[in-house]
Amino acid sequence: MARIDLDLAHSYKPNPKEDGDYALLPLKMSFVDGGAYALLGPSGCGKTTMLNIMSGLLVPSHGTVKFDGKDVTRATPQERNIAQVFQFPVIYDTMTVAENLAFPLKNRKVPEAQIKQRVGQIAEMLEMSHQLNLRAAGLAADQKQKISLGRGLVRPDVSAVLFDEPLTVIDPHLKWQLRRKLKQIHHELKLTLIYVTHDQVEALTFAEQVVVMTRGKAVQVGPAEALFERPAHTFVGHFIGSPGMNFLPVQMGASGLRIGDQALPATTRTLPMGDLKLGIRPEYLAIAAADDPNALPATVTQVQDIGTYILVNCRAGEHVMKVRLAPDAVVPAPGDAVRLQVLGEHTCFYKNEELVA
Amino acid sequence: MNDGKFQKRSVLLLLYIAFALLPIYWMVNMSFKTNEEILSSFSLFPQHFTWANYKTIFTDESWYSGYINSLIYVAINTVISITVALPAAYAFSRYSFLGDKHVFFWLLTNRMTPPAVFLLPFFQLYSTMGMMDTHIAVALAHLLFNVPLAVWILEGFMSGIPREIDETAYIDGYTFPRFFLTVFLPLIKAGVGVAAFFCFMFSWVELLLARTLTSVNAKPIVATMTRTVSASGMDWAVLAAAGTLTIVPGAIVIWFVRHYIAKGFAMGRV
Amino acid sequence: MNKPVNQKAWFLILPVFICVAFSAIVPLMTVVNYSVQDIISPERRVFVGTEWFASVMRDEDLHAALWNQLRFSLAVLAVEIPLGIGLALAMPAQGWKSSATLVIIALSLLIPWNVVGTIWQIFGRADIGLMGATLEKLGIEYSYTGNATQAWLTVLLMDVWHWTPLVALLCYAGLRSIPDAYYQAARIDGASKLAVFRYIQLPKMRGVLMIAVLLRFMDSFMIYTEPFVLTGGGPGNATTFLSQYLTQKAVGQFDLGPAAAFSLIYFLIILLFCFVLYNWMQRVGTADKEGVAE
Repeated sequence: MARIDLDLAHSYKPNPKEDGDYALLPLKMSFVDGGAYALLGPSGCGKTTMLNIMSGLLVPSHGTVKFDGKDVTRATPQERNIAQVFQFPVIYDTMTVAENLAFPLKNRKVPEAQIKQRVGQIAEMLEMSHQLNLRAAGLAADQKQKISLGRGLVRPDVSAVLFDEPLTVIDPHLKWQLRRKLKQIHHELKLTLIYVTHDQVEALTFAEQVVVMTRGKAVQVGPAEALFERPAHTFVGHFIGSPGMNFLPVQMGASGLRIGDQALPATTRTLPMGDLKLGIRPEYLAIAAADDPNALPATVTQVQDIGTYILVNCRAGEHVMKVRLAPDAVVPAPGDAVRLQVLGEHTCFYKNEELVA
Repeated sequence: MNDGKFQKRSVLLLLYIAFALLPIYWMVNMSFKTNEEILSSFSLFPQHFTWANYKTIFTDESWYSGYINSLIYVAINTVISITVALPAAYAFSRYSFLGDKHVFFWLLTNRMTPPAVFLLPFFQLYSTMGMMDTHIAVALAHLLFNVPLAVWILEGFMSGIPREIDETAYIDGYTFPRFFLTVFLPLIKAGVGVAAFFCFMFSWVELLLARTLTSVNAKPIVATMTRTVSASGMDWAVLAAAGTLTIVPGAIVIWFVRHYIAKGFAMGRV
Repeated sequence: MNKPVNQKAWFLILPVFICVAFSAIVPLMTVVNYSVQDIISPERRVFVGTEWFASVMRDEDLHAALWNQLRFSLAVLAVEIPLGIGLALAMPAQGWKSSATLVIIALSLLIPWNVVGTIWQIFGRADIGLMGATLEKLGIEYSYTGNATQAWLTVLLMDVWHWTPLVALLCYAGLRSIPDAYYQAARIDGASKLAVFRYIQLPKMRGVLMIAVLLRFMDSFMIYTEPFVLTGGGPGNATTFLSQYLTQKAVGQFDLGPAAAFSLIYFLIILLFCFVLYNWMQRVGTADKEGVAE
């Protein structure tokens, strides 16, 4: 178990000049010992690059990686004592489950009796004790991923376990089982776990802290509520949440806040002047009284019953807004004129994509 | 990377490359000599360097047309072999059906008879169909041993791709042709490259059938090279030059498929 | 992996089936036809049943050729398979070196087989050939025309030179198909290079190795042109292998009946060996796949 400190940047080009040249823009981040973290972002955002730098499979072009204060930037994965679980199960086909789990210990020349005991322990934790003597190659994908995970856990001094989208090939109905198992293991072993995914549900349920990344930049680090309530970047607002945050272009002038022609009521928040973006989540966007002069006029275009909630699509001028209502709420019909209350304590303001208020 | 091991590997490789190249070097050496020089003296380089052998080949129509004929039927054969082998290999790899294991093994059994056995029947067959001395006849005849080989190689590589990839593509809405061409084929590049090269190679060097089924119009280079025995004895020099030239098309083919063979399986972001 | 049953898969197989059946079944029927008849002349044919088969089996020359052939094929496999694997492991995986190596390795496969025999004919001569001259300079008495053992070994060496690249190319392609993650996981698990070979590379090459073994066995069992050109089968019958024996019978004595019978026997021998090899290798593979409890 270790604390990981990153202070680095990575570029595949020898002399990076502009942002686009970097796979990972300069960042400084710490992962505390025993924490569960998720690296969340769309394809190509750099999360796997960051993971591989942490595991030692990749050396960053600039900067350092430290484990418990020790510089391991050029150390091998073996020397860092990490474990990694890949996107598809990586197991040794010719070996049984027990032999697979024992392999890392065998390579370290651990005594036989100790190996047996440790393998038994881990197998029990993974609920695979009755499968120890089966050939690993014949098992299902989720079992194989458990073996991959087990090989990482079997070393008692493993510093961190890194996951690279490990549930990709697992059947959907088994995914939640594995997620639960991972949380259990984290609780029992108190290991540092770092989980890369593009699925926000996975990230938000698994991690204590989520690192949201886009295009090589880590735009926000925080627990699920922070990401939800106060996204630090419009990308986070857009990416997190189902559906994502609504955005409206607004202007802050001497006379106050305006959306296009309409003036909005004064707000107690201090806002910088100029063009801003107003962000409000569909969950917090309220339908106001029909004659409320402070609310934004809009027309309902579509109403969808998703089951656990009702999604109302509206059009305010040229902007599309989505409202999320509880299943038992009063629902307007398509074509109705409504007024949307965009200002509230959950509203966020952004200048140049970054949170200002 | 363990440097000691690395050195050992390079040494082994270099030794083998030397071994592989020596006879070829000797052949190229011979191709620039005259028959008299070949048979009378031993020299690492031609003492009387001559282009005459190559000139003979390039100017004598029966020689260069031989190359062209060979290229034609080999190309036809390779294309057909790979094209029919791909769906079949996919079926063997992904599905279970009546007689599948038996058909698969039966395919290979077609390579288990010495080609000499097929000479007479093929001769009769193609004569009857009026296809003697055509490129297509040789191309079709060679399907006998190339198609099973292509199916075998492709099936092996296809089975290495987890079926989850197929399923994910269907869930994502890919039609089968689109999935096959844009997702699946790139993953089995190495297999396709190797299969294509082997089809080319086995068809290119096959002598018995090619010679039997052709006479003038489609006479392949391999046949022309067997008639290098004249009144004055074996024409070693021209044979060596011809041999050197036969390597060239194959070398080009493998140059083209080298990326296919070397890239292999790269698991992209699913 | 359990494959779903789908009889419609036959449509995918159909083109292959037609191509091969067209080329194979008709000729095969012809051969079977000949093998059970005594073709005294084009007009007079007598059905003789299994007589040819019996007489062929009793032939002493056949036994000698068969035994010679078996030793040869086994020697070929024993040398070419490990050498091919080693070569594939040693070949660079990318860059210009990989392209250059691929082309150089492949060259020997592209030479027509009679030219291969011819080159080695000259190559091995002490007076005008590089190998022969070198051996002589080293003080070794070498003659592939006079010394039976040396002739046999020369044919073997020629075959190794000619065909090892086939094994190497297949294994090389197989190796390139192993995803990087396996090597990464092995590094993380602290596996030695030998362990990586034994537990990752070799198992993943099983498919291509099976093809390589069967192909080399079959082709070496049917070898004809190269030894015929190099030594003509001699000295004596030291390098007379089964194919040449068959040709002598058919062409030399123009006896279609016995020749056809022998062709079938020839085919059946190869079939038997390959069937055994194939099933054995399949069983090893399937045991892994079905999670058989130990």
